[in-house]
Amino acid sequence: MSEKKISRRDILKIGTTGALGIAGSIYLNKIAPLSKVVHAEAHNHSTNHTIMHDSTKTEGYKMAERLLTEFDYGKVTKLPNGQTLREYKIAAVDKEIEIANGIKFPGWTYNGTIPGPTFRCTEGDLLRFQFSNQGSHPHSIHFHGIHPPEMDGLAPIAPGQSFTYEFEAKPYGLQLYHCHVLPLARHIHKGLYGNFIIDPKTPREPAFELNMVMNAFDLDLDGANEFYTVNGYAFAFMNHPIKVKKDELVRIYLSNLTEFDLLNSFHLHANYFTYIPTGRNDNPAQYTDTIMQCQGERGIIEVRFPYKGRYMFHAHVSEFAELGWMGFFEVE
Amino acid sequence: MKSKWLITGLIPLVLLMLVLGWVFKNGAGVERDPAAPIEVLNVDQIKIVPSGFELDVSNTGPESLTLSQVIVDDSVWNFSMTPDTTLNRFDDAKVTINYPWVEGDPHTILLISENGIIIEATIDAATLTPEFSWDNVLNYGFIGFYVGIVPITLGLLWYPFMKRLKKSWINAILALTVGLLLFLFFGTLFDGFEIGAEAPSVFQGNMVVIISTVLSFLLLIGFDQYQQQRQKRNGYSPLGIALLMATGIGLHNFGEGLAIGSSFALGEAALGTFLIIGFTLHNITEGIGIAAPLLNTKPKISQFVLLGTIAGAPAILGTWFGGFIFSPIWGAVFLGMGAGAILQVIFVISKMLMEDHKKNNEPFVSWMNFTGFTLGILIMYFTAFFVKF
Repeated sequence: MSEKKISRRDILKIGTTGALGIAGSIYLNKIAPLSKVVHAEAHNHSTNHTIMHDSTKTEGYKMAERLLTEFDYGKVTKLPNGQTLREYKIAAVDKEIEIANGIKFPGWTYNGTIPGPTFRCTEGDLLRFQFSNQGSHPHSIHFHGIHPPEMDGLAPIAPGQSFTYEFEAKPYGLQLYHCHVLPLARHIHKGLYGNFIIDPKTPREPAFELNMVMNAFDLDLDGANEFYTVNGYAFAFMNHPIKVKKDELVRIYLSNLTEFDLLNSFHLHANYFTYIPTGRNDNPAQYTDTIMQCQGERGIIEVRFPYKGRYMFHAHVSEFAELGWMGFFEVE
Repeated sequence: MKSKWLITGLIPLVLLMLVLGWVFKNGAGVERDPAAPIEVLNVDQIKIVPSGFELDVSNTGPESLTLSQVIVDDSVWNFSMTPDTTLNRFDDAKVTINYPWVEGDPHTILLISENGIIIEATIDAATLTPEFSWDNVLNYGFIGFYVGIVPITLGLLWYPFMKRLKKSWINAILALTVGLLLFLFFGTLFDGFEIGAEAPSVFQGNMVVIISTVLSFLLLIGFDQYQQQRQKRNGYSPLGIALLMATGIGLHNFGEGLAIGSSFALGEAALGTFLIIGFTLHNITEGIGIAAPLLNTKPKISQFVLLGTIAGAPAILGTWFGGFIFSPIWGAVFLGMGAGAILQVIFVISKMLMEDHKKNNEPFVSWMNFTGFTLGILIMYFTAFFVKF
């Protein structure tokens, strides 16, 4: 791309001169009022990254903040054989979600948030998800992981109906769940998805743990997203940085459920992290500052911040970043 | 007796009030919410200033509307809005966006309402919007001068040449005038529709054009007939026709000025010079048209000056109006009026030609007249190549 970029205006000018070439044009040019050139450098803008500063804690922000650190371990009981039983209640509801300051999105949700709650258990637990469809369309829950096909969530549950998904939690790692009713793109894009963490039997190193689901919203349903977020609210952690402690281990459960775009990515400024694909310690890890995920891909990020101050993180697709997927860690 | 008669007139009105009152209080019984919120935000004007964009917007939808986010070129951007981000029906507001725009580049601004309705405003080629300054007034005045005054004056200067022509030739020139006026009539009408379509749909821009056309046509005909009745004369005075034609063409030139002024203001017409030469060539025939009805009389120089001013000067006013305070709906009104005035002149000249030929027992559509008419339309058609692209 070494060729010099020619602006539209230049093309118009070139076309004019070529076509015209008539005597008198030089003279007449003097009266054309808009021939003076305005230089963009002269413009005075604030284009630093504080432009979006907005410290109000809106409903949408509160949802994103809650989803960041809230994990649903279910109702825990012990079975006679010593196995742990976890029972979760999950309802599909139609709900308007604030996805950016002042913007309402008519969502289809699990338990009233986009993304849905982050379910958490340990490998080998018996899981029961009591699903009731209180929405206006048939929905289901399709969990990733290893389970009998009849628990795979392909059968639509009609509005008003319930179904209990029961299976053993395996394998450990970061899983997902989402609705699998056709048309798939619509059901997922409307908000029916979330993270599902199966912890290994030997616990991971204690850390400050965060849950992040990368997603996007298409307001005019033209197949292209208007806003990109983590946990459903544009610029959530831009205006309210995530507070972490210096040298403390931070673990991020990161997944991508962005519809319509092929890829999403995560980039951390001024630092490097270890990326564990699908949260499996037996997968080859990466030491990097940028990773990408296709839709449905997920992994665990482990990082320590050696200096105090603000570390930016965002999608390294600039468009996504500027449309809401941008935030800060504030290290103290 | 009389009161009874009055009451019969009032009964439907009273019943109407009752029905409306009932509907307001209890609803119409037609319970159906729209499937999606209906929100219409009209972007009346986009001003490009050194620090960014200023958009004049108005809510022409049925409900009030709140603007929540602005995206410029795929990037969420800060904005401020006065007087408020919530607009009631028919409220206006100014949206200010600080943005480092790039000269000559296209920019897309998305205004997103609370309910996620997206209103798109596009800038084809960014350039500073001309501010009102005496310099610019002078510049725009110059454009109007080249588009209006110069060609009309040059056209009128053919008068002494045409005056020596035979009568059949003069009639052919009148037929030529009809041809070019017909072209102008449709051109003005189409321009009106184009501008009218930009107006908020609630104002029904196209209907405004048609209403203005029909009303101005009828008004001019009516005024003419009233004058003739009062002065107890038949037919038209040549100067009267020339004046009418100058008025019609003046309004048409106003529309042309409007189009030029606003496209300059929008940064669309970087081809200023080319366009101006085109309009000068295109409009020269208008001067011939105005001079044609006067060929049998002895007009004074001052009358020529008057005619030239009436026909040409509105182009200057048009460029000012288009450049500084452009409003599509007023553009539609003026262009509609222009079309109506031109139609009236076509009517008058055709009638005059017909009566003249009838008096001399000649066919109205002679080969000479037909050729003149065709030439009139073709000249306009081909010189329009310079101004259409």
